[in-house]
Amino acid sequence: MISCAAVSAFILLPLLQMFFQSSLQGLKATLADRVVLKAIGLSIYTAGWAALISFVIGTPFAFLLARKNFAGKRIIEGIVDLPIMIPHPIIGIAMLGLVGKHHWLGKLIHAAGIRVMGTETGIILVLTFVGLPFYINTVKNGFEAVPVRLENVSRSLGAPLITTFFRVTFPLAWRSMLVGLILCSARAISEFGAVIIVAYHPMVAPVLIYERFTAYGLKYSQPVAVLLILICLVLFISFRVLSLGRARDR
Amino acid sequence: MIKIENLSIDLPGFSLADIQLSVGRGEFFILLGPTGAGKTLILEAIAGLVPVTRGCIFVQDREVTHLMPEKRGVGIVYQDYALFPHLTVMENIRYGLPYHRADRAGCEARIGQLVLDLGISSLVRRSVRHLSGGEKQRVALARALAVNPAVLLLDEPLSALDTGLRDEIQKLLKNLHQTMNTTFIMVTHDFTEALFLGQRAAIIHKGRVEQTGTVSDVFKRPQTPFAAVFTGFKNVFPAEIDNGRASVGGLRLQLSANHLRGRRHLAIRAEDIHIQPRAAGAAGAVNTFRASVETMLDRGPYGEIGVTIEKQAFTVFVKKAELQSICQPDTDNVWVTIAPQTIHVI
Repeated sequence: MISCAAVSAFILLPLLQMFFQSSLQGLKATLADRVVLKAIGLSIYTAGWAALISFVIGTPFAFLLARKNFAGKRIIEGIVDLPIMIPHPIIGIAMLGLVGKHHWLGKLIHAAGIRVMGTETGIILVLTFVGLPFYINTVKNGFEAVPVRLENVSRSLGAPLITTFFRVTFPLAWRSMLVGLILCSARAISEFGAVIIVAYHPMVAPVLIYERFTAYGLKYSQPVAVLLILICLVLFISFRVLSLGRARDR
Repeated sequence: MIKIENLSIDLPGFSLADIQLSVGRGEFFILLGPTGAGKTLILEAIAGLVPVTRGCIFVQDREVTHLMPEKRGVGIVYQDYALFPHLTVMENIRYGLPYHRADRAGCEARIGQLVLDLGISSLVRRSVRHLSGGEKQRVALARALAVNPAVLLLDEPLSALDTGLRDEIQKLLKNLHQTMNTTFIMVTHDFTEALFLGQRAAIIHKGRVEQTGTVSDVFKRPQTPFAAVFTGFKNVFPAEIDNGRASVGGLRLQLSANHLRGRRHLAIRAEDIHIQPRAAGAAGAVNTFRASVETMLDRGPYGEIGVTIEKQAFTVFVKKAELQSICQPDTDNVWVTIAPQTIHVI
């Protein structure tokens, strides 16, 4: 009980303090501030794209990790977890190094008319980088929870592999994929360190909060932070509700 | 119907080596062996669910070694039934229909008949999550047979069921096999099931085939000491054979065959050894010896007596009613007779 109270207090106290310190008038003004709404909108938009890209490239990869054993699999799983461990400004610097004008890949991208630094594209790139491990790991666990024997029986009854995935694996694992998307997008929305290196502008919400804090102080940045916290809260409550649904099915 | 030639599968920590098997059309074939012997692996290789390292598999004279599982016409029923939990009973049974359009009418008719024969008409709209073990087993069988596979693989289908239900499903399987033109291959480690259901069998041990033959042959004439022990012979010993007699430790046993020679193994069923009190008098009869009783155990429907003859230990089964009347433990007042024709030489 003491441990539970201590952990809850450790997490909740700073956040609750911020809520109570923000005045209602301040919150109303923030809600009406077009710059704030644009930044939050951009955060949601870019995080949504990061989640979508993670879904497309991460799903087959998660299925492979869940179903196949191959040489170097443990190393690959470690590589997937790397973005979680690397300090995020380093991610931004590494990305810029790769897609910058002095790198052969950057030259190719530039020649194709794609701009990364200071663009939404750059933001989506780094958000996908930081969010992808959360999607892959969650979905991999979801696929592993679907017994292989169900897929075996499906194939023995005449269904090809792809059909088996859509008729058996996906219906039993879709909650994990949804949870993975929520985790990925929640992680992406809150990203700051990598984004500020790649694209200070256009401003996403965490960058705007940082700018307001450094320029005008706590009082001016808190309402924006409160708004962003409320959005993250909605995402995580959704995650919990879906998790309960999954636990009940078991 | 099914031919397996020199099949080898190498997996981390386990290998199947040089498996040779042949199963006739419409046969009920049993794969016997202890847990971890590789029986399920053989089934999954036939079904195309594990990659083959070496060798060939033929189904209906067609090589299927590297063919996709969905193209082999081989159905599988697992021990845990593997019903699709997100589908109803009827949706499970009809699952394979879209992939057998050429035989759609046949499948529909077959489903109707199977639902009746298996007694699951009242369950068709229910979710499979709430079915009993016996009901799940019937649904799994209906689903596999609905698409009329050439071969049905059964992976220990009865091991998760209680005794009464097991007897019921055994009879069901026997009936289904007799009415359908499908080859059955069933994995079990229970040789009483094998005796009831099977026509031919193979004993698998540590990834290799120990013996194949009719179930009766495998049961009565095991070809290796392991096969003997696995099929229930309680008395298996190395022996030196010469001139129709076998030396087991200090004991000399008369055999029914005179032509055998050399170092072999003897296998004697516990129920084939006759035991009686000394007072009944049996001295002089062939293979009759004075014995010391070491242990007496009540095994429920029968009694198990451990005796020693010339320092060689034997296990004897007796009727339960005879257990107390024959002898007492730690005495040497019994006579044991082992008829030559009951001694199997491996």
